[in-house]
Amino acid sequence: MNEILPAHNIGSYVPMVDGPEKVSGRAKYTADLIVPGMLAGRIFRSPYSHAEILEVDVSEAAKLPGVKAIVTGADCDKTFGVLPVARTEHVLARERVRYRGEPVAAVAAIDDATAKEAVRRIKLKVRELPGYYTARQAMTPEALGIHEHRPHNLERDVLFELGNVETAFAAADLVREGVYNCAEVCQNQMEMHAALADYDAVRDRITVHASTQVPYYVHLMLAQTLDMDMSRIRVIKPHVGGGFGCRTETLNVELIAALLARKAGGCVRIAVTREETFITHRGRPETDIRLKMGMRNDGRITGVECECIQRGGAHSGYGIVTILYAGSMLYAIYDLDNVKYIGKRVLTNTPPCGAFRGHGTVDVRFAFESLVDEMAQALALDPFAVRRANLLRAPAFTQNDLMVNSYGLPECLDWVERESGWKARRGKLPNGKGLGMACSHYISGASKPVNWTGEPHATVKLKLDFDGSIVLLTGAAEIGQGSSTVLVQSVAEVLGLDLSRIRIVSGDSDVVPKDNGSYSSRVTFMVGNAAIDAAQNLKAVLIAAAARKLDAKASEIECLGELYRAGAQDKGLTFNEVVTEALKDSGTITVTGNYSTIPESHGGKKYRGAAIGGTMGYSYSAQVVEVSVDEETGVVSVDKVWVAHDCGKALNRLTVEGQVQGSVWMGMGQAMSEEAAYHDGLMLTANMLDYRVPTIQDSPPIEVGIVESVDPHGPFGAKEAGEGSLAAFLPALTNAIADATGLRFNNLPVTPDRVFAAIEKRARGR
Amino acid sequence: MARILQLTLNGRARTDAVADNVLLLDYLREIVGLTGTKTGCDGGECGACTVLVDDKPRLSCLTLAGAVEGRRVDTIESLARDGHLSAVQRGFHEKLGSQCGYCTPGYIMASAGLLRRNPKPSEDDIREALGSNICRCTGYVKIIEAVKHAAALCATGLTP
Repeated sequence: MNEILPAHNIGSYVPMVDGPEKVSGRAKYTADLIVPGMLAGRIFRSPYSHAEILEVDVSEAAKLPGVKAIVTGADCDKTFGVLPVARTEHVLARERVRYRGEPVAAVAAIDDATAKEAVRRIKLKVRELPGYYTARQAMTPEALGIHEHRPHNLERDVLFELGNVETAFAAADLVREGVYNCAEVCQNQMEMHAALADYDAVRDRITVHASTQVPYYVHLMLAQTLDMDMSRIRVIKPHVGGGFGCRTETLNVELIAALLARKAGGCVRIAVTREETFITHRGRPETDIRLKMGMRNDGRITGVECECIQRGGAHSGYGIVTILYAGSMLYAIYDLDNVKYIGKRVLTNTPPCGAFRGHGTVDVRFAFESLVDEMAQALALDPFAVRRANLLRAPAFTQNDLMVNSYGLPECLDWVERESGWKARRGKLPNGKGLGMACSHYISGASKPVNWTGEPHATVKLKLDFDGSIVLLTGAAEIGQGSSTVLVQSVAEVLGLDLSRIRIVSGDSDVVPKDNGSYSSRVTFMVGNAAIDAAQNLKAVLIAAAARKLDAKASEIECLGELYRAGAQDKGLTFNEVVTEALKDSGTITVTGNYSTIPESHGGKKYRGAAIGGTMGYSYSAQVVEVSVDEETGVVSVDKVWVAHDCGKALNRLTVEGQVQGSVWMGMGQAMSEEAAYHDGLMLTANMLDYRVPTIQDSPPIEVGIVESVDPHGPFGAKEAGEGSLAAFLPALTNAIADATGLRFNNLPVTPDRVFAAIEKRARGR
Repeated sequence: MARILQLTLNGRARTDAVADNVLLLDYLREIVGLTGTKTGCDGGECGACTVLVDDKPRLSCLTLAGAVEGRRVDTIESLARDGHLSAVQRGFHEKLGSQCGYCTPGYIMASAGLLRRNPKPSEDDIREALGSNICRCTGYVKIIEAVKHAAALCATGLTP
């Protein structure tokens, strides 16, 4: 007879637990939900960038047969927003419209064609106001306030200086300043926004299906905007086709669907177009950066001064947090003693920006790693040597009080240096080819949740019943990143069971515990730890039952997953026999697992907003990018990327590789081709042909090295894997182009026309 | 105006009354209820709606339902055999060619079309066949591995 051993999965290649649904077409996304008799919803959007609303005339639309409900700003005077301090956005514009595409009215009709025609009949009468399309325009003294409570359109002004940068610059051998511009970019997740709201007029209850990353926020904002008691609301998150941050915030779409459903007394589905998804994108803001750095001859950085201006768009959204991340995350990757940060988040008449993969950190990291590379070159230092001259020594607290417990950056550097053949190949490649490198990092979940309630940061429930199956109940939002898989893995690992014993139910507020959602790479760390806690609690119940049945002490019971026994000679009990025994006391067993972050991880108090950036663990990434530049056309091709990512411990090597590759590639899009462009507030790139996403033909092999620094607090030692590798691609690319051509590109994206123009300019100068 | 549409959909003969201006994509999703085929853009930008018409990949968002009269149309729902995943489906599942899964049906149908006409594709063949599909999650590396894996499974006798 084969010996029974506990099953292990951690550290192996585990296909996603919801993969079979996705590859067979059975996975239902919000727009796939078809309810007999449901109404089609459509949104009327502002064609003006900035205007005072005089009248929203829906009379002609209302006359159309088949129109069941029309809502305007008059139907909802409550505001919403992701940050408790900045909930100032209306579901449908009232008094003023602030960007082209802002929802003004919406229609529910018997079919989509009727809804479309009804929207066409809505008339908006306005008095136009001056529009501000750049941060600098909006900040001029004479500019009208886009929101009355924000004079000079300044959403948030951040200023801190820790140490003394002037002294630091005086002590440097080289001081350089660079000016950088990163275009606004959109998540452009494959699933367009959709919501299905079903109002039960008899019971005054509403059920909303939403394509969201945080069902809990949708729940809160529905209660606020519908003015309904939270207990009357049910939020369901079906499969979600990507998010990358834009679905962290509650969006107008789900709130409008709910308003329509309540008014129509029925079920309304809104599935917006790709164009609508673009023009309401909540992406990464256009960012202007001025960065000054002092460096000694040995590569040691003496001081950093960074000014960062973000064009935030028409509403507050995440703005305050984004501009704070851009400053705080200067730290926690290198050992810095003197940093001054000036951040300005500006309101403009463009779509509201939000959280985008690598939230707040990406554009500043681009500037930082570009300037380091340029200064290394000026000092004739190897770019790797400069990074190594500035490493942290974990455990450490940074100057702004961020807690660093595990730090695999040195190993990341070693891996990409070795695998790319850096030492042998750099400077020896043929003409037009180059190698560049850079580093980046990211948080494993914000230590303090947005809504601070005093509850544990994460809660997971396990239900075990007579059939011996374990059901994992979680509010963690699977959006394609593998959150469900990692939680099933964690529970199975603790109990020594095969993954097939465990089923997961997520994303239905009637059933699962509340969760803070999928943002800032928190799920593996926070919810993973809660899942481990729950599994350990369940294991204790099972061991107690086995001890009773075997007439042994709990401490004598050996848990082998499918077998519980008291010592190696004992025949023992099967898992199902233990379950039967355990159920005798309580019936169906449910256990809870919790996780709370420790206060030391909550960031500092040295400046206002210093808590932003605090996390239980930072991931680290180093990259080498190899490029070919065609000087005749300006076309840059990425030949290969080597990326090493310190995720603490790879719980699932397959999904870690997939996340790291996806991050690098998304960084490539931002670096090389993606840009949300506007003419007077009208988006010129609101489709996937003009908003140029790299295709499979443009995309390089991406070789992933996994570095495991084993974080003392992480679940099995893990940290995040889904965001930290994005930022390093951008500067690694421009550093590679500099190596290939001698030309530095400080403005993104580095399109062929920009490269060609720079090559031409240099040729003319000769 | 409407017409009577007759076709072979996923191996079954089917007859429906369909308005002349209905797209194949909307016919499949809203009339037949086969929602595996996805709407990912406003027309011809992303490939998420790819289906096979007489074994050739076709964007159902740019095809009128009336245009497939008498044709054989296969969607993602047709690939599994007796409930078991086809070679391409297994490739995408086992090699993580699918993350959020939204673009996946389009990729799988385009890949199935490729393997039906070319059972041993080179990496360049794969890149060319999938060049008009967009995925926002994977960076394409594992999609290429998925299709290679699928081709290897086909060589053992599985259908694409």
